[in-house]
Amino acid sequence: MVCESWKEKLDTYLDGELSESEMRTFDAHVRSCPSCSADALARTQMKRAVQIAGKRFTPSPDFRKRVQQSVAPKPRRSFKFGWALAAAFVVILVIGLPALNYLRTQSARNHVFSEIADLHVTTLASSSPVDVVSTDRHTVKPWFQGRIPFAFNLPELQSSEFTLLGGSMTYLDQTPGAHLIYDVRKHHISVFIFPEAAMRARLDENSVSPKRLPFNLETWSQGGLRYFVVGDANAADIDSLARLFKSQ
Amino acid sequence: MWMRGESLQSGSFEELAMPLFDQLYNFAHWLTQNRDESEDLVQETYAKALKGFSSFQLGTNFRAWMYRILRNTFLTSRSGLRVTSTVPLDSDEHGLELAVENETPETILMSRFDSHQVQTAIENLPLHYREILLLCEVEEMSYHEIAETLSIPIGTVMSRLSRARKTLRAALRPQFQQKTN
Repeated sequence: MVCESWKEKLDTYLDGELSESEMRTFDAHVRSCPSCSADALARTQMKRAVQIAGKRFTPSPDFRKRVQQSVAPKPRRSFKFGWALAAAFVVILVIGLPALNYLRTQSARNHVFSEIADLHVTTLASSSPVDVVSTDRHTVKPWFQGRIPFAFNLPELQSSEFTLLGGSMTYLDQTPGAHLIYDVRKHHISVFIFPEAAMRARLDENSVSPKRLPFNLETWSQGGLRYFVVGDANAADIDSLARLFKSQ
Repeated sequence: MWMRGESLQSGSFEELAMPLFDQLYNFAHWLTQNRDESEDLVQETYAKALKGFSSFQLGTNFRAWMYRILRNTFLTSRSGLRVTSTVPLDSDEHGLELAVENETPETILMSRFDSHQVQTAIENLPLHYREILLLCEVEEMSYHEIAETLSIPIGTVMSRLSRARKTLRAALRPQFQQKTN
C-alpha cells in the first residue's frame, strides 16, 4: 500500500490539526503524490457532505422565543432602582397628596354647589317659597333676627331691575342660613347667605362659581359670610345682583 | 486569573448562549432523533447552564461548556440511558479494528450521494461516532474543543474520529457500488 504512513495522518491534516511544520511537509507531499491528493480530495468531499447533511434540524421560532424568554435577565432591584423608587415616592408625597386633596376639595365644592342649586329649585317648586313675603328689605331683614345666628344687609334695589320677593330660613349641612328670592324679568334668583366659618370645610375664600351647573351661580365670601347667588337668569343678571350685595 | 461568571454584567449569559441556539438544537436533535425530546433537552440545557453560569470560568471555552452540559443532560435522560446501555461509549477504544481502506478516487464520487443518504448513514452511526463526527464536521470544533466537550483525551478524539469516518464510509460504500453497477 502506497503512502500508508501519510494516509494515517491524512484526516488530521485535513482537519488542520497538524503542527505548522508538519502541515507544510504534508502540503508538499500531497501536491506531488497522485494517490494522496486523490484521497485528500475524496476525504474533503466526505467532510463537506457530512457538514451539509449534518445541518439538518432547525428550531421553531416559538421554541426559540420560549427559551430566549427563560434566559433573559430579570429586572433586578439595583441600588439605582432603589433610589428611583424612593424619588418616585417623594414625588407622590409632594405632588400626589396635594393633588388628591385638591380633587377631594373640588369634589366637596361641586357637592355644595349642587346642594345650593337643589335648595333653589325645591324652594321655588314649593307652594310657599318664602316665609316672609315682602318687597321691602326693611321688613325682610328684621324677620331673620333671632332665627339665624348672624346679621346681614340687603341692598337697595330702587335703581335696579331686581325686585325682592321675600325670604325664608334654610339649612345647608345643618347650618342655618338666609334664603332670599329676587325677581328679574320674570326670572327668580335665589340668594343664600351662610356663616363663612361653617362653609370653610367645604369652600375656601377663592371658591368661584362652577361651570357645570344648569344654573348660573356666583359665590363669594365677604364680612365673614358666604353668599351664593343662583338662578336661571342670565349670567349678567346674576352678576348684577351679586354686585349689589357686594357693594353693601 | 479567571473571572467568575457572576462578575459578568447582567445579560451576558443570554448574549453568549443565544447565538449557539440553532446549532445546539441541531446537535440535540441528532442525539435524540426526536423533535419533542430535542426541545426538552435544549430547554433543560439552557436552564442548567443559566443556573450554573456563576461557576463558568470566563476565558474557558463557553461553546464547549454548553455542549458538554447538553451532552451530559442527554446521557442522563431516559433516551440517553437507553442508548448508552446498549452501546458502551468507549467501545471504539476496544472495538475491532476496521479493515484499512485503500481510499481510491472512487470515493470522490461520495459527493454524488444526496444529503438524505448521508443523513441516514449518520443517523445509523453509534452515538459516540455520530456525536464526534458532528462536532468536528458540522460544528467545526478543534480537537481540543471536542476533547473538552466529550471529556476525553485528544488521542481518543483522533482515534474515535478516524473510526467514525471509516464506519460512515463503509456504510455509504454499498450504495455507491449499487449506483455504479
